[in-house]
Amino acid sequence: MIAIIDYGVGNLRSITKSVEILGGNPVVTTDMSIVAKADGIILPGVGAFKPAIKMLKESGLLETIKQSVSAGKPVLGICLGMQLFFSQSSEGGKTKGMCLIDGTVEKLSAKVKLPQMGWNEVKFQISNIPPLKKDPAYLCKTEKSQTFKNVKNNSYFYFVHSYYCKPKNKKTVTATTNYGITFPSIVQKNNIIGMQFHPEKSSQQGLKLLANFVQLTK
Amino acid sequence: MLTKRIIPCLDVKNGRVVKGIHFQNLRDAGDPVETAKQYSKNGADELVFLDITATIEERKTTFEVVRKTAENVFIPLTVGGGIKILSDISNLLNAGADKISINTSAVKTPNLIKESSDKFGSQCIVVAIDAKKVANKKWEVFINAGSTPTGIDAVSWARKVQKLGAGEILLTSIDADGTKNGYDIELTKTISESINIPVIASGGAGEPKHLYDVLTKGKADAALAASIFHYDEYPIYKVKAYLKSKKLPIRV
Repeated sequence: MIAIIDYGVGNLRSITKSVEILGGNPVVTTDMSIVAKADGIILPGVGAFKPAIKMLKESGLLETIKQSVSAGKPVLGICLGMQLFFSQSSEGGKTKGMCLIDGTVEKLSAKVKLPQMGWNEVKFQISNIPPLKKDPAYLCKTEKSQTFKNVKNNSYFYFVHSYYCKPKNKKTVTATTNYGITFPSIVQKNNIIGMQFHPEKSSQQGLKLLANFVQLTK
Repeated sequence: MLTKRIIPCLDVKNGRVVKGIHFQNLRDAGDPVETAKQYSKNGADELVFLDITATIEERKTTFEVVRKTAENVFIPLTVGGGIKILSDISNLLNAGADKISINTSAVKTPNLIKESSDKFGSQCIVVAIDAKKVANKKWEVFINAGSTPTGIDAVSWARKVQKLGAGEILLTSIDADGTKNGYDIELTKTISESINIPVIASGGAGEPKHLYDVLTKGKADAALAASIFHYDEYPIYKVKAYLKSKKLPIRV
């Protein structure tokens, strides 16, 4: 079962349905006991930083998610969900994040139209991705390369955001995208995966990425 | 590089697509979900549903259409038409829409833009502006499906909706709409250069070159069209291949 965290705003239907189509068992929830039992967790990408982190703290889910991370369960953050992993965001005044990945969330360049809205290229940072092992028996649950299985380098994914993540450890950046500046579009730290774009809105390539995540939870 | 978006628009009434769509390989062209699937397969970057149902009772069918589409088509879906209050927006988002387009109600109650973008995020609030040329480089905002003049200048309105929190503007030229003679380049360029949020150009597409013109000279970030895509003559993949061959950043 994959727990999809409900911050209380926005559309969760596409992410839920895509996980279901890909053979996962999604449950949209705010219930700590369900999240604790889940084989994987998705922090979806709708809403704003401040209210989302507030909701996670007040509901106790922040601690539950941290425990699941420590237990080695795969945790995927999409868009805002990815940004929540970081130490601090400048969205809506400086706000402390989940502190699962060292780094900050900053506003994109003022020279380009904001939000970045649309399909942009995602380039793998090959040097930060260990080679994909051919033999499925070698697939380690936390291996970064598993995320990229069957996905083409330089494919287009759908972005909607005005802020981007700036991790301290550059080795966590496994893909980048350019919009005014080059920013991390995928970050990975052990079993934590963050995607700045919306895989659930990125047609076939997006579904492949999600399929790989669903696979990690099995 | 961020690509230019090509967006087909479907008029939906009582759960059915109303303007004639003629695809040879589509069994039921009146079914919005089937049509949306086909468009997605053909490379649409997003979809827009314009709900033209008249009554609240009929509106329930729209939620069902949105729900089914979101469960079957994994590209962004914008829904517009008849949205009046905050709960209309949250109901459609909960049904599976990614963005909501507001037009008349935004003019009547500008605070709806602020309230909704504060609550759901700017990224899902699209303000649709229907503009008509009134003088040299002057356009006026019209509401109620383009039938009622407001006296509001389109450029200052575009600036205002950006300030209120709109994430995007869907700009329709009333003069060009339905002509198939091309988008209003001057209007689109003027609005796009006046604001810092993306502009979707709409109204007047009759051939692929029209899309090229509005995405280059018109400075639009996306081009919306309806009838040009409704026939097999210009399927989206062909239009996109043409734009790509002209060196535009396009997802193919």
